[in-house]
Amino acid sequence: MVGEKERSDKPQQGNHAKTKQTRGLSQRLRKPLSIERNLPPDLPAAELVPETAMAASSPTRDEAKDSELGTRKVSRLEARQSVPADASQPASTEGLLSEGAQLQSRYRILGRIGVGGMGAVYKAQDLRFANVQRLCAIKEMINTAPDPQVRQMIIRNFEREASILATLSHPAIPQVYDYFTEGSRSYLVQEFIHGKDLEDLLAETDGFFSESRVLDWATQLCDVLTYLHNHEPRPIIFRDLKPSNVMLDDHDRIRLVDFGIAKLFQSGEKGTMIGTEGYSPPEQYRGVAEPRGDIYALGATMHHLLSKQDPRLEPPFSFHERPIYKTNPTVSRELVDILDKALEYDINKRWGSSEELKREFMGLLGVQGKPRGETGSLIGGSVKPLWRFACEDEIRTSVAVDDDLVYVPSYDNNVYALEMETGKFVWKYPTEGGVGTSPWVSDGLVIFGSSDKVVYAVESRSGRLVWTVPTKAKIFSSPYGEFGHIFIGSDDSELYAIHLLSGRLAWTYKTDGAVRSTPIIRENTIFFACEMGMVYALTLNRDIKWRFRARRGFLSSPYVMEGLLFIGSLDWNFYALDIRSGWAAWRYRTGGPIVSTPAGWEGLIFFGSADGYFYALDAAEGRLVWRHQVGEQITSSPTVYGGNVYFGAVDGALYCLDAHSGTLRWRYQTEGPITAAPVIVDDVLYVGSMDHYVYAIPA
Amino acid sequence: MWLKTWMDRLFSNNSGENSSEETQPVLPKTSPELQPASLVPGVRGNTVKAQGFSSGVLSAGWMTDVGKVRSHNEDGLFIFMGEQQSSDATPTFGLFVLADGMGGHEAGEAASALASRVVAEHLMAQVYLPLLDGQERAATQPALTEVMEDAVSRANRYVSERLPGSGTTLTSCLILDGRVFIGHVGDSRTYLHAADNAVQQLTHDHSVVSKLVEIGQLTLEEAAVHPQRNMLYRAVGQGTVLDVDVMTHSLKHGDQLLMCSDGLWGALPDKEMWRIVEEAPTVKDACTRLVAAANAAGGNDNITVIVIKIL
Repeated sequence: MVGEKERSDKPQQGNHAKTKQTRGLSQRLRKPLSIERNLPPDLPAAELVPETAMAASSPTRDEAKDSELGTRKVSRLEARQSVPADASQPASTEGLLSEGAQLQSRYRILGRIGVGGMGAVYKAQDLRFANVQRLCAIKEMINTAPDPQVRQMIIRNFEREASILATLSHPAIPQVYDYFTEGSRSYLVQEFIHGKDLEDLLAETDGFFSESRVLDWATQLCDVLTYLHNHEPRPIIFRDLKPSNVMLDDHDRIRLVDFGIAKLFQSGEKGTMIGTEGYSPPEQYRGVAEPRGDIYALGATMHHLLSKQDPRLEPPFSFHERPIYKTNPTVSRELVDILDKALEYDINKRWGSSEELKREFMGLLGVQGKPRGETGSLIGGSVKPLWRFACEDEIRTSVAVDDDLVYVPSYDNNVYALEMETGKFVWKYPTEGGVGTSPWVSDGLVIFGSSDKVVYAVESRSGRLVWTVPTKAKIFSSPYGEFGHIFIGSDDSELYAIHLLSGRLAWTYKTDGAVRSTPIIRENTIFFACEMGMVYALTLNRDIKWRFRARRGFLSSPYVMEGLLFIGSLDWNFYALDIRSGWAAWRYRTGGPIVSTPAGWEGLIFFGSADGYFYALDAAEGRLVWRHQVGEQITSSPTVYGGNVYFGAVDGALYCLDAHSGTLRWRYQTEGPITAAPVIVDDVLYVGSMDHYVYAIPA
Repeated sequence: MWLKTWMDRLFSNNSGENSSEETQPVLPKTSPELQPASLVPGVRGNTVKAQGFSSGVLSAGWMTDVGKVRSHNEDGLFIFMGEQQSSDATPTFGLFVLADGMGGHEAGEAASALASRVVAEHLMAQVYLPLLDGQERAATQPALTEVMEDAVSRANRYVSERLPGSGTTLTSCLILDGRVFIGHVGDSRTYLHAADNAVQQLTHDHSVVSKLVEIGQLTLEEAAVHPQRNMLYRAVGQGTVLDVDVMTHSLKHGDQLLMCSDGLWGALPDKEMWRIVEEAPTVKDACTRLVAAANAAGGNDNITVIVIKIL
């Protein structure tokens, strides 16, 4: 019984005759969620009685699915055990009943409507009613236990369960008419249901079911669960609730099928999973089966119906990581919250009963659900700047903060020094061109480059000029200082190394294109990029350690964290390079050029793209953790502070998001695009906007 | 490219047949008389000694053992380390692949063997040979984690098509210069013991019980004895689309990596495994002792381990 079984070898099963199926586990179809499953129109829709978890769907249904999707069926792996010598023959090769066969001299088989590992399901006619065609569904279960005592026990269990089922009376439960055992096969004769199951309906339907329709089904299911759970003397637990076990009859009413009675025929393997993976509650793995397990399964079923995410294709117990609104944004928040509680892994945190759950659903049916927005509430009105200062032109790059002064570079050719607390003007230094670089402050000097091609160093307190270094073209790179030197790039395609205090030019390094990115130094290596698309790693002696070539240029600057260099390119990709060797560890493709310099924090790396999204990626895996849609280009760089990430966008707004989750905390609107990264000191954020103002805002 | 043809010869069957240009991995023959036993240790129940290899930067030991209960060893291993000493040397390179096969009869052996060969072939062709060729670093090449992902996906396609009904875990570690790149599916594990840090399990087990532990529904102790502890929700060979975990980690002098199948981590607690590694004089010796300890604890499954030390 353990190990692999051949599926039914019916000839028409064609291309998946080779598919093996392992016991006790569901069939899984691997497909990306975006593919809608459209079954061919000539598929026989009616007359399908769904099978057990074990059984295959009817042949034509499967063939259609396979050919539509072009993928193989996937099954979960069974425990790795060697096959015992007395492995029984798979059920399907033992010969199923054919049309015209009779059982008990009473039931004439009209056809087979399903096949599974345990046996088949037949459509039959009850000949007792000679004058009419009274249809019934006959489920056949083949008893393959090798031990005769075990066989007897199985038959006794079956007959006891069948008797219980026969006493049930509820509109959603098909009637049991008869049960009997013939030799090694047991049969359950039930009311024949004309309709289709919800799994098929999911596959056939384009788009999502309406919330009210799913709620209607859900309340019907709660009804029947209440009936079962309150059964005397002992509650009946359905244990295998899932879309394929829920049928919609011709009157659009829910009918529960398959009470898992066939599972009795799995020889009592220790720890056998009764329910279908994906829909079963976690406590079933501890052998616990109680009514609240059905509530979980109902939650799982509804999650699937609403989101079209099949839990069998996803990692187990991942419902909370795959919210319904990720695929179906129209679902109401209220319903999501109710289902979240039904899907609590801890049984004691779930809804206590199906009655309680039904009341919650009914509450929703009376009220229009509100669609769930992507972001939390905005407190935009409560964000007020401490001060703002007007320059005569745009501020395109970050300010610098040192001591108690804020240094502001403006396109009005000046660099301003303002008091940090009040924004009061202290001094300004005029250059001959717009200042599009962020100043670097150290050792009492403020260093910056201008589009007048000159690198300036002025005294930080007074604004008095100390030295200048001319270059041959405009400067848009911001300086970086270390080892008593300043490193800065110019549009003349050279990287300059200048002695900080004296202004003496130490050396230049020529590259292939304008150097607009800010250099960074780590582990005695200088990293920077040029507009022709190269990232350079230079030793302090100007020896090249490695170079990396992207497909298009770099305007952003590199960021280093945990041995990786992160940089976004105009080629739409975000790269993570090993800093020692330059090998690309991973890359992530966005929908537009990346001009923003990244920032990192706690294993996450943040940056914005011109595609309007702000991204948070896992630094070690290159995997998306979250992203926030702004809708307008993000060309500025983010800053991380106090568990939040701050950045500005071309829409003129400054955003503050929670760094872990990406939820919006607040946004502040200015009158012009923000292309600079905010600088945050002592809980105050300083940023300039192209509306000519520099703002000081409480972070 | 002499290296490529030498590898073709190594992995083709003994008649010396060359693989096609597309390097279709050839299914290994399993009849003992055709198997060059010295090249494929641990198969067919042969218990062999631990092996080891040291380069200037990496030192690795490995061992695979059938255990005390099973009759076949369904684990597969691939080890490759490249060493060059010259003025224009290629960077340090090490490739370590471990696969634990499943499925009845001999499907498990074949699956792990095929998967590890396909992964090795892809990584040697896409990473090592270009390295020897002196290729520049550029965005025109795939990033290394992408190459790892492609390698495992490729193995998945081969196993799914040629050995339907079988499956295997697969954990591969590629060390390039001072960094490791990992491609992983299943419940074989890779641990990192950074020199000045605690032991970290880098890979995630794709088993149902592991997820149950994660959500607090099973304790680690319950998971260790759970009858379905071997049930995986992701493995190589189960279909045409596979989600491969990839990650990268920097390495420095003194760091150690340990890769193993569940025959080892399922038999010994992590603390005990690492105590053995710390106390052993060499990595090769560590492997011998680890396998012995796992066997002493019952040896219920095949045991495979690779220990790598960054010198």
